[in-house]
Amino acid sequence: MSNPVLKVNKYCVDFWVDGVWYPAAIDMNFELEAGKVLAIVGESGSGKSTTALGLMNLLASNARMSGSILVKGQEMLDASPQVLHKFRGKEVAYIFQEPMTALNPVYTIGFQIVETLRNHFDMGPKEARARALELITMVEIPEPEISIDKYPHQLSGGQRQRAMIAQALACDPGLLVADEPTTALDVTVQAEVLDLMRNLKDKLNSAILLITHDMGVVADMADEILVMKDGLTVEHGSADQIFNRPQHPYTQQLLGAVPKLGSTARRALPYNESAKPAPVLKLENVTIAYPKRGRIPEFVAAKNVSLEIYPGEILGLVGESGSGKTTIGRASIGLLPIKEGKLEIVGRDISRASSKELFSIRRHTGIVFQDPASSLNPRLPIGESIGEPLYLAGEAKGADLAHRVEDLLDQVELPRSYRNRYPHELSGGQRQRVGIARALALTPDLLIADEPTSALDVSVQARFLDLLQDLQGKLNFACLFISHDLAVVDILAHRIAVMQNGELVEVGDRDQILQHPKSDYTRRLIAAVPIPDPAEQRVRREARLAAK
Amino acid sequence: MFTKKKSSAEAGVETSILNKETEGLSQGQIVRKRFLQHKGAMIAVFTLFSIVIFVFSALKIKIGPWTYPGWWKYTIEDLPELALDGCSGGLVGCPTLSLRPTWLGGAGIQLGEHPFGQDDIGRDYFALVMRGAQRSIMVTVIIGFIGGVIGTVVGAIAGFYRGAVDSILMRFTDFIITVPSIIIGSVIGYHFGNLGVSFLALYLGLFAWTGLSRLVRGEFLTLREREFVDAARVAGATNRRIIFKHILPNAVGIIIVSVTLLMSGAILLETALSYLGFGVVAPDVSLGSLISQYQESFTTRPWLFWYPGIFIIAIALCINFIGDGLRDAFDPRQRRRITRKDRQSARVAKKARAHA
Repeated sequence: MSNPVLKVNKYCVDFWVDGVWYPAAIDMNFELEAGKVLAIVGESGSGKSTTALGLMNLLASNARMSGSILVKGQEMLDASPQVLHKFRGKEVAYIFQEPMTALNPVYTIGFQIVETLRNHFDMGPKEARARALELITMVEIPEPEISIDKYPHQLSGGQRQRAMIAQALACDPGLLVADEPTTALDVTVQAEVLDLMRNLKDKLNSAILLITHDMGVVADMADEILVMKDGLTVEHGSADQIFNRPQHPYTQQLLGAVPKLGSTARRALPYNESAKPAPVLKLENVTIAYPKRGRIPEFVAAKNVSLEIYPGEILGLVGESGSGKTTIGRASIGLLPIKEGKLEIVGRDISRASSKELFSIRRHTGIVFQDPASSLNPRLPIGESIGEPLYLAGEAKGADLAHRVEDLLDQVELPRSYRNRYPHELSGGQRQRVGIARALALTPDLLIADEPTSALDVSVQARFLDLLQDLQGKLNFACLFISHDLAVVDILAHRIAVMQNGELVEVGDRDQILQHPKSDYTRRLIAAVPIPDPAEQRVRREARLAAK
Repeated sequence: MFTKKKSSAEAGVETSILNKETEGLSQGQIVRKRFLQHKGAMIAVFTLFSIVIFVFSALKIKIGPWTYPGWWKYTIEDLPELALDGCSGGLVGCPTLSLRPTWLGGAGIQLGEHPFGQDDIGRDYFALVMRGAQRSIMVTVIIGFIGGVIGTVVGAIAGFYRGAVDSILMRFTDFIITVPSIIIGSVIGYHFGNLGVSFLALYLGLFAWTGLSRLVRGEFLTLREREFVDAARVAGATNRRIIFKHILPNAVGIIIVSVTLLMSGAILLETALSYLGFGVVAPDVSLGSLISQYQESFTTRPWLFWYPGIFIIAIALCINFIGDGLRDAFDPRQRRRITRKDRQSARVAKKARAHA
C-alpha cells in the first residue's frame, strides 16, 4: 500500500474545565490515503470537530493532546510553530461549516485567496490574482472576473461555500478537512457543492476528511466511515459495511433515525374531501412585503399566496432558504403585516386587525421557532416561559398556574424539576420541547412550527417528530409545518405546499407531491435530498449528471 | 454493603433536591435567592448599611420639631481650641485616634479628644467627615437613582419603539449632552442661592442619564430582534411587559455597570459644583469638598486627606460590589461556585469512565 496522507494513532484530546480533564476524543486510530474520503459521523458533542481541529493544533489553549498524528510522514503533535504554519493551508486545508463567519467580511474573496497564496508561495500580486481567478473558475462561481472582487455578503450561501473551497484548494493541499461543509446550505445547493468536492478530489487526488452528522451526505461522499459517540470510536469500516451491515447498536440507531423519503405509509386526510370543514387558516392572494428602508427598496417576500389549512391537518410548507416560508408562517400569526389579500384565522380576518383583536386571536395560535437558543428568554426560568401565555390570557394564576405548567412539562416529556432551570442549562432538543410546551399552553387551534428540527441532531429530531405527532393526534390541532427538509415533512404532513422565490409552486396531497410532482422545481427538490444509501446515491447522482 | 448504604443516602438527597426543585420559582425569587447567596455582595451590603447607620447617627439631625442629638460630642459648627501640642514634628491638630495597643509600644486603643484631628481653625475633623459622608451618600444615591431610572426608561423606549419616538428621544438626549451642566448649575446657584444638597443631587441626576440611555437603547435595538420577543408577543404580552419583563432583565448587566460608574462619578461632580457655590457650601461640607480643600496639605497633615478618602473608597467599593452581585444574580450563565465536592465527584466519574 502507498503511504497514507494522514495517519492518526492513539490520539486523545482532553479539555481542562473547572479543574478536571474532560475527555473529548479517546484513542482515535485511523488512516487516510490520497484520493479517498473518510467521514467522521456522530451527533453534536461526540468530539468529531475536536478531532479535526486537533489535527492542526487549532484547539483552545485548555486542550491537551496525546498520541501521534502523521501528515505526510511529519509528526504534528509536537511540531514547532514554523512547521505548523507551513503545513496549515498548504498541506492541510479546512472548510468550515458557516462560510459567512469563516470568511472575513471586510475583504473581498479574491483578496482572501490571494493572501493564502502569497503566504505560502513566493508569488507576485498579479500572478497570485491570476491563480485566484483560476481557482474561482474551477469552483464554478458564475462570472469569475466580477465575483473575485465581491465581498462575502454579496454572494449567496452556496457561492460563499465555493469561495471557501477555492481558498482551501489554493495550495493544492494533500488533505482537505471539511467540517460540516453543507449543513448551512439548501438541499439543491448541497448536492452541487458535494458534486464539486467530489470532482475536485478526483482531479487533484487529495484526501478528504469529512465531518458531518448527515447520513445522506456521508452516503454520497464517503469511502470509509468512522462513527463517534461521546469521544469514543464506536464503529469503523467501509461505507458499504456501515450502511448495509452496521454492527454496533448505536450505528444502527443512528441510521434508523434518519428520515427517509417515502418510508411512511399513506396517511388519510383527517377530514372528508367532499365536505370540508371551515379552514383554521385561510390565506387568499396574500402578498407580504418588507417596506423600503432608506435606499434599500421594498422587498416582496411572498406574492399572491393562497393556502388553506383544515382542522386536525398538518400542512408541510417546503422550499429553499429565501423562498418566503418563514414569512408566511410569521404573517399567519400576525407578527408581520400583510400588504395585499386576506388572511383568516378561525374564521376571523386578521389582515387589518387592531392590536386588541390580534391579542384575542393569538389565544388560538401557537408558534415554535426555528432556533431554540434564541426563542426562549435567557433570563427567564423555563417554567415561567411556559406559563406566560396562560398567565397573560388570565387562565391561571399562582398554584393553579404552577399545576398547569407541570402538566405541560409532563406532556412534552420533560421532568418537572426542569421548571426552575434556565434555557442554557438545557440541550437543544429539550429547549425545543419547552418551545412546544409554550406553544401548546393555550391548546391552540393552529400551531405554526418554523423549522423546529433544523438545529437538532437526527436522533433528537426523530424523537421530537414522534412527540409532535403524538401531541397532534391527542390534541388534534391544525399545524403549519415549515421545513426545508422534504424527508421530515414526509413523515408528518397530510398535505404539502412547495414555495419558490415567494410564490407557491404546488400544493397537494403528500403522496401526490412526492410521487407525482407536477412542477420541475419540486422534482429537483426531491432529487436533491440525500438518501443514506451509497448505491442509491450513486444512481441518483448519475441521473442528475445525465439530466444536466 | 458500603456501596449500598451510600447509594441509598444519595437517593435520599436526590429526592429531597427533586422536591425542592419542583416547586416553581419566579424570576424575581430566583434572582433574590442568588443575590443573597453572593458572598461579596452581601458583605458589601452589610458594610454599606453599617457605614450609613454609623455616619447618620453621629451628628445632630433636626427634622421639623423633632431633634436627634447624635452620639458625637462635637458638631461641625463647634469651635474647640486647636490642640497645639502632642503632635510630632511641630504639627497642630493631629488625630488622637490610636489603634496600637500599649504592649506593642503604642498609646493604647483609644479615641482621644479628636480622633480624626482638627482642621485649620480647630473644628473637629471627625464631625466634618461624618457630615461630609452624609452629604456624599445622599448625593450618590439620589443621582444614581434618578439618572438610572431616567436613562433606562428613555433608552428602553427609544430602542424598543425605534422610528420617530427614537429620533425625538435621542435628539433630546443630544440636547442634554450639549448643555453644560456646570454652567447651568452655577447660574442657578447665583440666582437662587444655595438650595441644599438634595436639590443639587436632583439637578445633577437630571443631567447624568444621557450616557446610560444611549447604552440601553443600543442593547434594546439588538435584543428586540431576538425571537423570544416575538414569542412573548405571540403569548399575548403587551409592549410594557415585553420591555420590562423580557428585555430589561437581559440588559441589566450594562445598566448596573453604567449606574455604578455614574454613582462613583457623582461624588466628584458634586465637588465641582460645590466649588462654584451651588450645592454644598461652607460651613456645610461633603467628602469631595474636604478633599479638594485640603489637597495641598497632603504632605504636611495627611490625615486631612486620608480620612475622607477612606470613606469615599469604602462607599464606592461597596456600591461596586453590590452592583457586581446584582449583575451575577440576574445573569443565569454566571458560573456557580464549584465546591471541592463537585470536583471530587467529577474525578470519580472520570475514573469510572476510564475503567469502563
